[in-house]
Amino acid sequence: MNEKPQAPAIEGWFTMDDKPRLIGTQCCACGTYFFPKQQRYCKNPDCDSTDFREVQLSRTGRVWSYTNACYKPPAPFVAAEPFEPYTIAAVTLEEEQMTVLGQVVTGVNVSDLKVGMAMELVLEPLHETDDDIKMTWKWRPLAEQGEQH
Amino acid sequence: MSNDIAIIGAGMHPWGKWGHNFVEYGVAAAREALADAGIPWQDVGFVSGGATVRCGYPGYVAGATFAQALGWQGCEVNTSYAACASGSQALAAARNKILAGACDVALVIGADTTPKGFLAPAGGYRPEDPDWVRFYLGITNPTYFALYARRRMDLYGDTLEDFAAVKVKNSLIGSKNPRARYRKCFTAEDVAASAMVADPLRLMDICATSDGGAALIICSADYARRIGKADAPRIAAISTVTPSFASAVVEMPDIATDSAAAAGIEAHSFRAALPVKAYEEAGIGPEDVDVAEVYDLSTALELDWIEDLQLAPRGEAAQLLRRGDTAVGGRIPVNPSGGLACFGEAVPAQALAQVCELTWQLRGECGDRQVAGAKVGITANQGLFGHGSSVIIKR
Ligand SMILES: [Zn+2]
Repeated sequence: MNEKPQAPAIEGWFTMDDKPRLIGTQCCACGTYFFPKQQRYCKNPDCDSTDFREVQLSRTGRVWSYTNACYKPPAPFVAAEPFEPYTIAAVTLEEEQMTVLGQVVTGVNVSDLKVGMAMELVLEPLHETDDDIKMTWKWRPLAEQGEQH
Repeated sequence: MSNDIAIIGAGMHPWGKWGHNFVEYGVAAAREALADAGIPWQDVGFVSGGATVRCGYPGYVAGATFAQALGWQGCEVNTSYAACASGSQALAAARNKILAGACDVALVIGADTTPKGFLAPAGGYRPEDPDWVRFYLGITNPTYFALYARRRMDLYGDTLEDFAAVKVKNSLIGSKNPRARYRKCFTAEDVAASAMVADPLRLMDICATSDGGAALIICSADYARRIGKADAPRIAAISTVTPSFASAVVEMPDIATDSAAAAGIEAHSFRAALPVKAYEEAGIGPEDVDVAEVYDLSTALELDWIEDLQLAPRGEAAQLLRRGDTAVGGRIPVNPSGGLACFGEAVPAQALAQVCELTWQLRGECGDRQVAGAKVGITANQGLFGHGSSVIIKR
């Protein structure tokens, strides 16, 4: 029913394949990861490097915490009419030792989640424009709980 | 004791949604503080204002605006911006001015009129602005407080009833505070009946924004003695430390924490770091504290703060609450003013309002809200962009 092409909601922040990953950077000197990308100065107080490489972050992690949005956020959020509440999770990536926020896929509620659950990164529509469907990263419970990659 | 700075006057314009110019609130608070100190405006050698970036144009919410309204008299002036901690940084600037011997008496002041509705970022496509990013992706302010609250539930077994009990406790004591905006006593049923905003937080778990103004008159120990106020409460510590890399908690407006992947780097909680410096500077420990005013942007956040101030071991704040320890009359009363639950937040005034309450508590002037025999009080707050503070006063 929808013939529009898919486009990233934020250009260059994640890959658009079927096993998507967030795109960050890593300091070449100390190994600190950055998401969103940081390319000018390292925020580690022990490091004064200005040398960074672009990296794809782990696409699985564990729930740090979770909630939902019961009310429509203000712009620039583009809400569907009528507004449908959505779930949100903060997920900790083990290798990067970093926690990343994102919506949770449609159909998963707060009551389905628990701190420590394994999650994976997928893409889902955020909203539509006249020209395309803007896609964003979302967290989805891993089918097989207990395993992490 | 010559390094002691005394608080000889405190004043507040009642919090509310008055819709007047913020200068009016500041002037009312300053005049009350001056009258409380019993000194003339002309004696003030330094005006230190808390700033925010609203109300007209940037730079208008400033020390000089209040100095003009009170009548230019040629004193020196300062303005501090530090989000929720603006008042504490203004207080620190005034304390340091007096300690440097550059003046005897300072007015520290903050006031705000908050705009109506959601504070939304500018539109367009601006992925370099974290505030734009998170609103675009559907992450609002309550999201962050709800994440912290839910984590408490899963890790420590806190319940919705515990969060409601914080509201009930604060609304009961706040109903006795003539300066509070909300003075109705709410029940657990009222909280449960309010709309869910961000699970597990309901409308009544989350603080509003308010208009208000707060002011302090502080001075050197010599000056306090000269005017017969040698026993006034003293500033024992002002902590305005930054966070330490790497952040352990995802903070508004960010979409992610720092990474703690580098060798030698650990994740640190900013909230927990703030009082550590304050205790160190005051030379006291959490066991010495009689009363605390903490930044309860949500009901659950009050429980986080109790642990961050080390008034309870991590994960055990709800047990204190259930025992009644954090109510006035309990072992360690928290937010005897009624807290943000009863005031709502008036950003550049709020950190000073916390110190005003402790000043009156330590002077034993709080009537129905009085914490018996309070000698040591601590404040704590945290705001945007790595700003936060913790102030200890003692008598
Ligand atoms: Zn580095």
